[in-house]
Amino acid sequence: MMGKYLNHPLAPVVGLAALVAVLPLVLPSAYYYRIAALVFISGLSAIGLNLLMGYAGQVSLGQAGFMGIGAYSVALGPSATGLPVWLWIGVGTVLSATVAFLVGRPILKLRGHYLAVATLGFGILLFMVFTNENQWTGGPDGMPVQRLELFGWRVRTGVEWYWVSGALMVVGAWVATNLIESPTGRAIRAIHDSEVAARSAGVDVARLKLVAFVLAAVYGSVAGSAYALLNGHLTPDVSGFIKSVELVTMVVIGGMGSIVGSVVGAAVLTVLPQALTVFHDYEHAILGLMIMLFMIFLREGIVPTLRRRLAGGGA
Amino acid sequence: MTAANLLKVEGLGISFGGLRAVYGVSFEAHPREIFTIIGPNGAGKTTLFNMVSGVYTPSAGKVYLGGTDVTALAPHKLSRMGMSRTYQNLQVFFRLTALENVMVGRHRHENANVLAHLFTLPVVARQNRETRDIAHGLLKRIGLEKYAETSAGSMPYGALKRLEIARALATEPRFLLLDEPAAGCNPVETNEVEETIRQIAGDGVGVVLVEHDMKLVMKISDRILVLDQGRMLAEGDPKAIRTNESVMRAYLGDHGAREAARA
Repeated sequence: MMGKYLNHPLAPVVGLAALVAVLPLVLPSAYYYRIAALVFISGLSAIGLNLLMGYAGQVSLGQAGFMGIGAYSVALGPSATGLPVWLWIGVGTVLSATVAFLVGRPILKLRGHYLAVATLGFGILLFMVFTNENQWTGGPDGMPVQRLELFGWRVRTGVEWYWVSGALMVVGAWVATNLIESPTGRAIRAIHDSEVAARSAGVDVARLKLVAFVLAAVYGSVAGSAYALLNGHLTPDVSGFIKSVELVTMVVIGGMGSIVGSVVGAAVLTVLPQALTVFHDYEHAILGLMIMLFMIFLREGIVPTLRRRLAGGGA
Repeated sequence: MTAANLLKVEGLGISFGGLRAVYGVSFEAHPREIFTIIGPNGAGKTTLFNMVSGVYTPSAGKVYLGGTDVTALAPHKLSRMGMSRTYQNLQVFFRLTALENVMVGRHRHENANVLAHLFTLPVVARQNRETRDIAHGLLKRIGLEKYAETSAGSMPYGALKRLEIARALATEPRFLLLDEPAAGCNPVETNEVEETIRQIAGDGVGVVLVEHDMKLVMKISDRILVLDQGRMLAEGDPKAIRTNESVMRAYLGDHGAREAARA
């Protein structure tokens, strides 16, 4: 009976929702709520990237570029137009989707390393724009971001952001799970294994790669908006190469092709650096070492490896 | 027989860097018929297949499907028009279950609205169930139902060869191109493949086959086209091909000739 529920496609989403609901019981202070909110926001972006990398099998080293578009939309839009902040989350999303659509058409013809380098170039391009357009973005020093206001509720504290970002992440996980179990999702997963066979099965490979790329961009954009609004201040780093690599690392460590894995990967890469500050000068070395160990011992990613071991042990 | 339900190939040819790999090949394949292309290694059988199925763009000639010119049409469009194929080297979705592999074959019959898929609207849920049922039926028909929930990556080779056929059938093709479906199969698996192919043709699908197993070819084919060095050498029923002196000696070799005579 339990197995039936645990194997249901939506079980991981219910699990994530439950986690968001009960985690506050063990969070001791506002600081930890903030860290958790950062995990959820990075997790959301990583879920999007996982649709592209883990499911469709297309590498992107430019995911943070879309976070940048979402972030700068909420930072620049409201003060320039007087329109509400939440509206600019939507504008950023549409903008990211459009950019992904236009950029994706030519570059998704590339494969493997070539695609990785092309997306890398795209990410760097956006980073340079955000860095160099001083008069709008404040350059490397960054710029302030207005607070999010939803139906008269000003979302300000770490605790409030915990709930908003948690909800965004759970909805993102739910939508991604729906997609994966749909005809589009099956076709996207098929492309990962064999493009020729997918074509013969009637799948328009170019179109579905583009769908995955645009969706990843939308997830990244919403996450970027949330990130800027949570911090109240924004620098171009949100769109930088390091951020893109972090996102790829989250997906790979958590588990390619695992929605929960994306969030677990985000948790590892967000919480560990905070926890390791006790090691002072050695924190980065230890973080790097731990990532290596994760890859050596949990090659398929934390979640898929553990799931397989549990299934193997239970049978 | 009207052109409306034929797969017709006219003067098809392709060159790679000045080398004429295939040239001047013409044939007609009919529904309910098993039409086999044979020839020694390097004769251009797979190249011909790749042109007919839209993987390669031919440098000469035409392909007509049901009277429509489909020359060099992208494979996914051909699939949507009713021509699907399998591959000589396994092309299976290894991360998907056997059932999901076949479900992907239903892609062209499914609603393609991504927004509906993102929110699993009731219409999508219903369609998913329908696709699942059809895929289950196909797995059963092809004798793979026990693997339904098994990841394709852990299925035996012979089963995967048939899984590819089941997936191609899921597209509901009018013509099915099978590239060496029995390659690497043991005798039992070969018998299963044979039975499957007969069934498919019996259901009204035109089967175009490339196969090396002469015993199987002679037993199963209605008509045979012999290719050698990229050109057509002979065409006829198995009996005519078997007794064709030049085909025997030059293309089946002495050993192949004996095999064919015994079959």
